[in-house]
Amino acid sequence: MGDALAHLRICDLTGQLAGAGATRWLASFGAEVIRVEDPVRQGQWDILRGSPPYKDDRRGIEYGGAFNNHNVEKLGVTINLRTDEGRQLLADLIATSDVVTENFSAGVMEKFGFDYPRLRQLRDDIIYVSNCGFGHTGPYRDFRSWGPVAQAVSGLTHAVGLADEEPAGWGYSYLDHTGAYYMAMAIMMALWHRQRTGEGQWVDLSCTEAAGNLHGADVLDWSVNGTTARSATTPDSNRSTSPLMVPHGVYRCQGDDEWVAISCRDDDDWQSLLAVMGHEGVRLELNHRQFRALEGRREFENDLDRLLGLWCRQRSRWQIEDELQEVGVPAAAVRTPAERIDGDIATGGRDLWPVVDHPQMGAMRVDGQAVEFSKTPWTIEYPAPTLGEHNAYVFGEILGLSEKALAKYRSNGVI
Amino acid sequence: MVGPLHGLTVVEIAHPFCAFAGKLLADAGADVILVEPPEGAEQRTYEPFAERRHVAAGFIADSELSLAWWADNTSKRSVVADLDTGPGRQFFRQLVAEADILLEAERPGLLADRGIDYTDLTGQPLSRHRSSPPAGALGPPPVNEQLIQVSITPLGRVWRRPVSEGHRHAEMTDLTIMARGGPMAMCGYDDHTLAPMRSRGDQGIRTACHVAVMATMTALLARDAFGGQFLDVSMVAAANVTTEAGSHGWLASQQKPYRQTGRHARPSLTEPAQVECADGRYLNTGAGARSGRDFDALLAYLTELELVDEAGPDMIAALERGGGYEDLTMDQVDRDPDANATFKAGRRAMRLIGQHLTAHEAFLGLQSRGIACGVVWSADEMMQDPHFVDRGFPTDVYQPQLDREVTYPGPPIRFTKSPMSIRNPAPRLGEHTDDVRRQLR
Repeated sequence: MGDALAHLRICDLTGQLAGAGATRWLASFGAEVIRVEDPVRQGQWDILRGSPPYKDDRRGIEYGGAFNNHNVEKLGVTINLRTDEGRQLLADLIATSDVVTENFSAGVMEKFGFDYPRLRQLRDDIIYVSNCGFGHTGPYRDFRSWGPVAQAVSGLTHAVGLADEEPAGWGYSYLDHTGAYYMAMAIMMALWHRQRTGEGQWVDLSCTEAAGNLHGADVLDWSVNGTTARSATTPDSNRSTSPLMVPHGVYRCQGDDEWVAISCRDDDDWQSLLAVMGHEGVRLELNHRQFRALEGRREFENDLDRLLGLWCRQRSRWQIEDELQEVGVPAAAVRTPAERIDGDIATGGRDLWPVVDHPQMGAMRVDGQAVEFSKTPWTIEYPAPTLGEHNAYVFGEILGLSEKALAKYRSNGVI
Repeated sequence: MVGPLHGLTVVEIAHPFCAFAGKLLADAGADVILVEPPEGAEQRTYEPFAERRHVAAGFIADSELSLAWWADNTSKRSVVADLDTGPGRQFFRQLVAEADILLEAERPGLLADRGIDYTDLTGQPLSRHRSSPPAGALGPPPVNEQLIQVSITPLGRVWRRPVSEGHRHAEMTDLTIMARGGPMAMCGYDDHTLAPMRSRGDQGIRTACHVAVMATMTALLARDAFGGQFLDVSMVAAANVTTEAGSHGWLASQQKPYRQTGRHARPSLTEPAQVECADGRYLNTGAGARSGRDFDALLAYLTELELVDEAGPDMIAALERGGGYEDLTMDQVDRDPDANATFKAGRRAMRLIGQHLTAHEAFLGLQSRGIACGVVWSADEMMQDPHFVDRGFPTDVYQPQLDREVTYPGPPIRFTKSPMSIRNPAPRLGEHTDDVRRQLR
């Protein structure tokens, strides 16, 4: 069973989500990911260590819900890189690792004395993947970044919102997840290249550039047609312009702040929607000839949305989802976390939300992976490491340090 | 130099749900052979199009002018094979016989009905959880036992739990995936009479494609030890595990996020994080000021811009207090009123600065003082930003339909020894059918 990546060891200096999310993928497929944390700041160079959400409102560096989620299946060690002995420990760890990962601001690894040339001295075919907001070259190389910052600069924030309104942006760090996904791809592609050629390399990943790759059609519309996304005609981002689909929107339903998404891909979907509506008032208006073909629905989209909105407002979002899905028209209730995690048969239960048993927090449900492998499934059983939890195993068994040396390093603040 | 996946062969059955995954593999160096029906892939009909007045002589077919198609199909080759016919399927089997990976997003059951699904092609079961019928009883023998097949469907194909036919065959679009999968409930405006929002650019589809590429790479790295396998990506599951606190906030402490303009959804309304600047563009203040150094820098910047009076004594006092913190943790901000007031003052100071400058000036001014924030660019503005131009991110590609070079977003990952690159623009329909057939013989 499993263990697709059990042959790999990662020396992991990442944190937050944009970095930790990448090595989380590798760990859930069996890679030995050794997270290096700073004992002096109790691991809080990763701001998520000890940050909310908390289970039962218990606080402290071992109680961060996000940290636990992002670091399952990893080993954790502490190394004080301000000391010579600490830097030597990291050097020894790197020499036995396939990959070094980090998402510090540009220049931090250099400052610690671990830039790429040094890493190569430690292991010639090392793969080094750095991940920062703006990359390691260019005028903004020293700028700092968080998910919302890179989202803003890359065009992602601007891509969400209603026409003529402030950008709504993303209500979470979409790009931290996505930057982590690109970092995981980078690591594995570089490993594949090494497996084929024997050659390691440095990968300079910029989250903002990864995101700049997510709006290809908009960029081409500008470079080919001169159309800018900031034009007065930029529509509500719930509408579909590529391809054109009408209706294509989110409509308010019965209840308090309850909504349903409906999209008609073609005239057949539109006719199916009308059939579901039966013979009530707005259906007669929607049956008007002007709406029959896409061109007309597009021209009178505002009228159509208003009428369809009246129909939805009288119904529950679940009823609309059921009735439209039944006839093959894409429709979905906008689901809250509770409704999708605990209430959706397609994604509920332990298959997508595994449980890990954390020594301080107790049983915690965490994100699973969105893919099933027929031979080497992912496994998420172990929680995030407590601070320095695996010092004895990693420094003792992997690096061969004696009990005495370990005790000394503990007492003089090296680990 | 060639890309990291040079030497790999991918057969992709053209579909809008998997096109972007194919593009990432192709730009990374894999030989991605797109299998299109005789009338061309559906995505070729997607808006926007290159406007007629720009089009070079000889290119009039709409199927060659979709910019959505161009964007998602760079570096691939195109062959025509009608999978509804015996000869088309035979050609397809020949292609798969030589391939490392089959990438597809076909409706569950469709490939099996045609006798060209994983079990038919490899002689192995689709899933370790259920036994598929043995292959080859009547049809042709398996063609590639080492094949990695990656499938992208709205709810997954062989997901572990039993699901009704109705669920497995769900018809979905990017919009309904984002509604059902969770992102949409977290995005929108403070004003909840306005709808929850999804993004332009089909980010739900892209997220599934990211999972597909990660899964493909994982299976490749495991292939020597475990052989080929079937990878079943669920698009709704992909959205579900890509919502940050939307999921782990609920899982850890049953938090109910409330969508808010331009910032994270939280259980209650928070301080605005976005500001309209003097030029009408917006600045996003990111995670706000966090350290004593940040607060000192904000105070100095306000002084330099002569905004101390406008800031008012309360904000100035809070910033001065902020200078005393080493690092402000989220836990402190959460429960210590002084820390909370200081944190809010930092955001307000950033907003005040933004109101007096253009968004780009405020971005440069704050960032050069060590304070994280972001100018809200549109996608095309990002491509013209001096930093990304300096890094060579915007990439010019010769586009035969226009007889000129066109600017594309550059590679998302910067490998220093095996660079990703756009080797050729999206293929014309069947452009490589003859070449590929010749190679097979």
